[in-house]
Amino acid sequence: MAWFRREKKPVEQPTPPEERRVRTEGMWTKCEACGQIIWKKDLETNWNVCPRCQHHFRLSAVRRLELLLDDGQWVEHDGALESTDPLEFVDTRPYRERLREAQQKTGMADAILTAEGRLQGHPVLCCSMEFGFIGGSMGAVVGEKVTRAAELALARRLPLVIVSCSGGARMMEGAISLMQMAKICAALGRLDRARIPYISVLADPTTGGVTASYAMLGDLNIAEPGALIGFAGPRVIEQTIRQKLPEGFQRAEFLLAHGFLDAVVHRKELKSYIASALDFFLA
Amino acid sequence: MDANDRKREIEQLERDVETLRRLVHKDAQTEAELERLRREVAELRREFFEHLDAWQRTQLARHPQRPYTLDFARLLFDHFSELHGDRAFGDDPSIVTGMARFAGRPVLVVGHQKGRDTKQKLARNFGMPKPEGYRKALRTMQLAAKFGRPIFCFVDTPGAYPGVDAEERGQAEAIARNLREIMLLPVPILVTITGEGGSGGALAIAVGDRINMLENAIYSVISPEGCASILWRDAAKAPQAAAALKITANDMQQLGLVDEVVPEPEGGAHTNHEETARILQEVLSRQLAELVRLPPAELLEQRYRKFRRMGQAFRESYAVQARG
Ligand SMILES: [Zn+2]
Repeated sequence: MAWFRREKKPVEQPTPPEERRVRTEGMWTKCEACGQIIWKKDLETNWNVCPRCQHHFRLSAVRRLELLLDDGQWVEHDGALESTDPLEFVDTRPYRERLREAQQKTGMADAILTAEGRLQGHPVLCCSMEFGFIGGSMGAVVGEKVTRAAELALARRLPLVIVSCSGGARMMEGAISLMQMAKICAALGRLDRARIPYISVLADPTTGGVTASYAMLGDLNIAEPGALIGFAGPRVIEQTIRQKLPEGFQRAEFLLAHGFLDAVVHRKELKSYIASALDFFLA
Repeated sequence: MDANDRKREIEQLERDVETLRRLVHKDAQTEAELERLRREVAELRREFFEHLDAWQRTQLARHPQRPYTLDFARLLFDHFSELHGDRAFGDDPSIVTGMARFAGRPVLVVGHQKGRDTKQKLARNFGMPKPEGYRKALRTMQLAAKFGRPIFCFVDTPGAYPGVDAEERGQAEAIARNLREIMLLPVPILVTITGEGGSGGALAIAVGDRINMLENAIYSVISPEGCASILWRDAAKAPQAAAALKITANDMQQLGLVDEVVPEPEGGAHTNHEETARILQEVLSRQLAELVRLPPAELLEQRYRKFRRMGQAFRESYAVQARG
């Protein structure tokens, strides 16, 4: 907390105020829920949860796996899969460019990681979505990786955990993205009938075609506090009904109250919650 | 130019030729000249309908006189009797389901239903189902499967209804469950996209063993308007978005996402419901005959592989960084 103390003693501070602001920039963040100024390192060590109000900030796909898998260790599957831009899609920019940029930003080939590891001793397959990759959107790569994960889980009778964090289907792959929903659900149907546990974790946000396929089909559907979860996005709904949406609409607690979630679980309890569910299913 | 303007122009040309024919003095030379004109206009009309772009087809797919599920129920089937309700919340009029006979065989008919006039449109919620609609569809499809009856689905919706009540009752859960469960129903399922294949709201009753698409139907992950307002930040760019999204029946067939494109009468399905149904009936009869021969396990395996193969738009080329 050295920076904080120095700010308190401006007299001893030789740096001009303007430069000081530049130097501290990026080290602090303001909680979007309670307004608290938090030191970024503190936020990181707290798994991106506000120490004051418990607001859950987004977690990267990699950090999510570190949170859930024993010793932060896993073997990645299908990591080389990347999109071929099947429609050669161009809007205001070529989709190809957006893909390249997202890959450079995240160090990932697409918006999901498939990891094999252990969760409190249980061997599991865990898919973890990256919102930073084109809004965590689902195209052919995400669809194929989730399907392969479900098929591998079936072949090896491994429990499957999928952490969703996505704006839905990826527009730039058109109807190919849409058909991923059917493909994934087909694989999850086989997993279901084979009585292999599938736990769906819904992080903020989970909307559109991801919610309307795998995210809602868990043996357990678990969400993080405050996560936005829905089919249609709130803006689309507002435009349709031309009314302000009720407070807390489409938040995890709202879905819990309406019967679509088994539980809303704090990030710090998530791993042990899933572990006890796996004990229940498998022990 | 708007598709309808162009069409009106061609129709005007046709009328002009007809007027000329009545007015001019008929000798062999003017006869021949008139015949030449008539053929040229007919060629224009044929070309017009062959080369409609994605946005023009979107207009045809949304034409208010297009045949809807209840029209197909009357034209393709006998003794249609409707089944209502999801046994949980209510009856959604934007999806109709019912028992019927197809060439004498008992079958189930399921489809979106739009309205034609304002009152009907409101009553049918513009063909945008709520969760109870999808749950009714699944309930009756499971009923059909229980008694070994083939299922015919007709798909024509702008999308699942984006409203507060639909979200409260689990729109996403209803669609997801349909996708998983319909995939496992051990009876032949024949799907036809007849108008608008609007995203997940269409797909929720569009999983099956044969996927057909009428020539002027569209199938899309998002409406061209929705896509344009997000990616171009301008809903007026919908025609560009329609082209970029590759939503026409031919696009879909080239992408390997539908099995057959079913021709429509010249001018579009709305010009002649009977002829549309006649062409479609031939396709459906042939497909049903192929499917009823398959043992249920083989039917399900083929259905799984069909969707498993769809949209393999990836390559294994990314250099993975060590992690974990
Ligand atoms: Zn806070």
